[in-house]
Amino acid sequence: MSEIEGIYAIWLREAKIYMREKERVISSIVSPLLWIFAFGAGVGSTIETIEGYNYQVFIYPGVIVMTVLFASLFYGVYIIWDRKLDFLKEVLVAPVSRASVFAGKVLGGATDAMIQVVFLLIIGLFISVPLTPLVIIKAFLMLLLISIAMVSIGLVIGANLKSPEGFTLVINFVMWPMFFFSGALFPVGNLSGWLYAVTFINPLTYGVDAVRGIILGTHQFPILLDVAVMFVFAVIAMGIGVLSFRRM
Amino acid sequence: MHTKPEGCFSEEPVVIKTEVLTKKYGKISAVDSMNLEVKEGEIFGLLGPNGAGKTTLISMLCTILKPTSGKAWVNGFDIVKDPGKVRKSIGIVFQSPSVDDLLTGRENLQMHNLLFGVPREIRKQRISEVLSIVNLEKRADDLVNTYSGGMRRRLELARGIMHHPKILFLDEPTLGLDPQTREHIWEYISDLAVKECMTVMLTTHYMEEAENLCDRIAIIDYGKIVVLDSPSELKNQIVGDVVKLKLRTPDTEALKKLEYVRKIEVKEGLLYLSIKDASKHLQDLLTHTGPIDFVEVRSGTLNDVFMHYTGREIREGEAEGGFWERMMKK
Repeated sequence: MSEIEGIYAIWLREAKIYMREKERVISSIVSPLLWIFAFGAGVGSTIETIEGYNYQVFIYPGVIVMTVLFASLFYGVYIIWDRKLDFLKEVLVAPVSRASVFAGKVLGGATDAMIQVVFLLIIGLFISVPLTPLVIIKAFLMLLLISIAMVSIGLVIGANLKSPEGFTLVINFVMWPMFFFSGALFPVGNLSGWLYAVTFINPLTYGVDAVRGIILGTHQFPILLDVAVMFVFAVIAMGIGVLSFRRM
Repeated sequence: MHTKPEGCFSEEPVVIKTEVLTKKYGKISAVDSMNLEVKEGEIFGLLGPNGAGKTTLISMLCTILKPTSGKAWVNGFDIVKDPGKVRKSIGIVFQSPSVDDLLTGRENLQMHNLLFGVPREIRKQRISEVLSIVNLEKRADDLVNTYSGGMRRRLELARGIMHHPKILFLDEPTLGLDPQTREHIWEYISDLAVKECMTVMLTTHYMEEAENLCDRIAIIDYGKIVVLDSPSELKNQIVGDVVKLKLRTPDTEALKKLEYVRKIEVKEGLLYLSIKDASKHLQDLLTHTGPIDFVEVRSGTLNDVFMHYTGREIREGEAEGGFWERMMKK
């Protein structure tokens, strides 16, 4: 009981702070809009269609996954700030387990990301993406799973680093390869040789595949496999996360 | 002076115990083989210069830091094997504020209630109780980033006592507070110690604070306990009164031979004499000194005790510098 209240307390704090930092909300909405309207429309004007969809619609699932990926991974930097400003001490000396502290933080980060997802799903309705209520629910749940996995990775990195600058450096090495080799911007089936191989070991490939499959109906792997891979990846990431928090 | 609570001693009257507790950073021991026992209901002071190891000691007892070697128990629980139970028994007020900037004062307290498992029925009451103690009722719903330094400290204190811990750790709790608030807070803490059988362990630079509040004081230097006793005992045994003299022809050797002179120190051309009972011996003393430019008599303070043991003064009002800061100065 008290563990659940502890998780709730930490989540509540994260949610409140997110809503109070307007810049965080605004910037996280603006950048996916740029991807959809500037990049999607721009590149889309030179490409006919991909798998029967115009380019803007084709990358829509990828852009949502990207938003989740960026927001979730970068969330790990707040743990460094919390520690720098000493806010973290209060939580670390509280009589709740580190697993609960970690769970609260993961939920807090996932909340940030999912608020952005809601905005993007609303925008999707206006650019002729085929969204039905069932599709929205399925996509939301899949994106939540991706978010939980990625927040965990971000927190692992944050818990093990001392400076926000270091965090930014490390996260760039994680984030960009994951993003580019996930098929978010182009179908990976056309890639050749080792590039194609890289996409197979990238867990985000399965996330993108699942979300695109749910929203557009085109996918490379069975969706159950996508979900299973992402689930296993999330569990491993959370396990490492709890261990990292115990050492803090 | 804090009056000891009567009748709250349980079968295990020792609530904090350390056995050769040691914390090393590289080759340097921040806390060096410390043995300590604090009894239930006691207000126990740790006094020492910057980097003496006070904060390191408290951090270990609060389970923030792991000791390099040695053992310690808080409320009967081993700090390494049972940190969860230790945390349930304690409240902490940190030296650097750890209240959350982007939450309001009340939200900080609400979060603490949840984290420390305060029963739902009494949460509201506890919050208003502690807010009134630290006099923050009117600002409770403002964001903490609009608070002054003193207000943050008061909020931190309110939070530390809200769950009525069995043992309260205070690391320089009143640093930077105005005298009125300090007094108010100490009054409340002594009161709480009596009513709730709360044990308090505090570090402070304010000598008079340590003197008036603490049942016992441990003077710490270089990670070791130099001396441990009640403030009055410390003063009586070591200092007595202090006579400050400026002499034209100082002859310390002659003065040392006087049986009531305990110790002589020379600093910046002035003589500091520790004397058992100045009112009785002053007349006689002055016949031995020769011509005098200046004389001042005062009763001894803990600062004198501290100087006696460590050979230097505690500078009051100065926040504890890091351990490394001290190493750099050397």
